[in-house]
Amino acid sequence: MNKPGVIDREGLNRLIQTLIGRGYQVVGPTVRDEAIVYDNVFSIEDLPAGWTDEQEGGTYRLKKRSDDALFGYTLGPHSWKRFLHPPERRLWQAQKDSLDFDIVPEQPDNTKYAFLGMRSCELHAIAIQDKVFIQSPHTDLHYQSLRQNALFVAVNCGQAGNTCFCVSMQTGPKVEAGYDLVLTEILDDSHHSFLIEAGSEAGKNILEEVKAGPAGAGEIKKAEEIVTNTAKQMGRAMETGNIKELLYENLEHPAWGEIAERCLSCANCTMVCPTCFCSTVEDVTDVAGDHAERWQKWDSCFTMDFSSIHGGAVRNSTQSRYRQWMTHKLASWQDQFDTSGCVGCGRCITWCPVGIDLTREVAVIRESTTCQEENFSGSEAQNENS
Amino acid sequence: MVPRPFKVKEIIRESHDTVTLDLQPEKPEKEPGFAPGQFNMLYTFGVGEVPISISGSSSGADSYLHTIRDVGKVTHALASLKRGQKVGLRGPFGNAWPIEQAKSRDVVIMAGGIGLAPLRPALYALLSQRDQYGNISLLYGSRTREDLLFHHEFETWKGKYGVQVKVSVDTADRDWKGNVGVVTTLIHRVSFDPSNCIAMICGPEIMMRFSAMELVQAGLEEDKIYMTMERNMKCAVGFCGHCQFGPAFICKDGPVFSYDRIKPFISTREI
Ligand SMILES: Cc1cc2nc3c(=O)[nH]c(=O)nc-3n(C[C@H](O)[C@H](O)[C@H](O)COP(=O)(O)OP(=O)(O)OC[C@H]3O[C@@H](n4cnc5c(N)ncnc54)[C@H](O)[C@@H]3O)c2cc1C
Ligand code: SF4
Ligand code: SF4
Repeated sequence: MNKPGVIDREGLNRLIQTLIGRGYQVVGPTVRDEAIVYDNVFSIEDLPAGWTDEQEGGTYRLKKRSDDALFGYTLGPHSWKRFLHPPERRLWQAQKDSLDFDIVPEQPDNTKYAFLGMRSCELHAIAIQDKVFIQSPHTDLHYQSLRQNALFVAVNCGQAGNTCFCVSMQTGPKVEAGYDLVLTEILDDSHHSFLIEAGSEAGKNILEEVKAGPAGAGEIKKAEEIVTNTAKQMGRAMETGNIKELLYENLEHPAWGEIAERCLSCANCTMVCPTCFCSTVEDVTDVAGDHAERWQKWDSCFTMDFSSIHGGAVRNSTQSRYRQWMTHKLASWQDQFDTSGCVGCGRCITWCPVGIDLTREVAVIRESTTCQEENFSGSEAQNENS
Repeated sequence: MVPRPFKVKEIIRESHDTVTLDLQPEKPEKEPGFAPGQFNMLYTFGVGEVPISISGSSSGADSYLHTIRDVGKVTHALASLKRGQKVGLRGPFGNAWPIEQAKSRDVVIMAGGIGLAPLRPALYALLSQRDQYGNISLLYGSRTREDLLFHHEFETWKGKYGVQVKVSVDTADRDWKGNVGVVTTLIHRVSFDPSNCIAMICGPEIMMRFSAMELVQAGLEEDKIYMTMERNMKCAVGFCGHCQFGPAFICKDGPVFSYDRIKPFISTREI
């Protein structure tokens, strides 16, 4: 969009102050409870200087780096969906008098968020949720309001985690679209600087206020190398060719039963996934019974209630729930939204308490050629009319 | 996402556990109208909200008929409403029965239990242009004769419109002169041209699956057989994810689906 500039740590601080000055609530990475989580950021002091993370199936550990990198980690358990599509929010309230009641809708949230330190896969995840909540027959006005107000300051990943596979999903590691500003953190013995580029008019406008110095050819080349290098470090890979057909044709594969022996149906994977969007509603009343509220809350296809209809849950077994989740992510999402539902961030692998790894499970199904026969139980045929 | 205020204008008791509510908008300005097969989300104060199909005629009505079977918390609250009480309503949502595609063809309607409710608007639409369609059959299965819905209309449908109405019950008392057994056995008791016919089915999933298989046996093509799917539903606008059925969202891609489209999924358990 315009020429890249260079800022140092102070420049980054100026960027944060500029955003705050323009009325943004700046949210970025901070260390809390032994993890890097997204929270309010007021200066670079809040950023996780010198921290990195080690990730594997079922494990996440913070570790000190030998340098002071501010973005030297990969991804924590949070994703930006907790701000744009919050874990719970009130949809409306109702007040009752005698036979009547009146419903008062909640006004859309007008908060102006500036997200700092977004990774390429995370921008892709938001583009995917946009398809669910905005580019669909109905619009979620709350999401739309937050989304339109938000400013995205991305970072090119300087290293990949052990559970990352964005290269397979073509969602990273280089930030290519959907950002207002993008940084590349450049660290060597004597320098700590950030290449900064604008990707939108809003970003350009802010960059002018931050007053970045001009980037030299050396810095541009260095930044390019950093992200190229990251692409070579992917801890995981997933073969995506014909993945939709593969999963649809293997709905009765024995692998699902095998996974179910390990899966705890705890729903962690759906909570940490940046694209999982399912929610439920809860209707609550006060003690007197005159005031009712409806709340929307994140929900998961791993819960029993999720599929319950009169007469019981449709998906009783863990096997059917894991199948629903993975088939949705990788197959039916394509039919529904014309994109994969997975951006390869690896969170579901890291945060699964038993380390279930969807890249491996896909490979297991792919490598096998067995297709189980459909298996109806005869008892079902009774009571056809009821 | 926010329910609109409606009043219970009339209550019709259909059977021991089923009532029809006539719901009228409090501000009767601009009701969008609806197509046969569509549903509304009905909210009772403090209890909850559930999807219920529209069961009345789609032409010219200024209110919505909803036929509700009392099976649980919210449906019980709905079935217990009194005239003049208020409900919240969102909708209409969903797609429609293939009324247009059925023109100049025979039509076979198969219903199980409460499944006749979403099909009644389709039948009304067919009958309002009776000469545009060939043979029309209604095959209706119910648990007992006490559970039969809309039976007072059967004679009009038969006599005035020449609909082939066949009813079967699971369990019959001594006075019952009609058929006993699953609804699929009725297929062979009506005449239709399988090469030029549209079928519309609504009932329990197992009933729809067997009905579709039986109709294919009888010579219908899979893409001429339509059925509605039921899943848990919270938002009805494609956000909550609950009503997914394979690649489809029942709320926005359905609830009416052609058999060829959903066959691989309807024949998979726990999908
Ligand atoms: C498109 C569509 C059209 C329908 N049309 C009719 C109709 O015309 N007449 C009729 O009597 N019934 C109809 N149903 C079924 C009706 O919605 C359920 O019987 C009702 O939701 C049961 O709720 P409950 O609280 O009374 O039952 P409970 O057994 O007490 O609760 C069941 C729980 O599942 C939830 N739930 C969400 N979606 C459903 C669902 N689809 N089915 C069952 N439970 C659900 C309920 O909110 C509740 O939390 C329809 C369902 C769908 C999806
Ligand atoms: S499915 Fe797993 S790897 Fe893919 S986007 Fe969700 S959390 Fe990340
Ligand atoms: S796959 Fe792992 S994280 Fe997901 S529900 Fe199963 S045990 Fe929990």
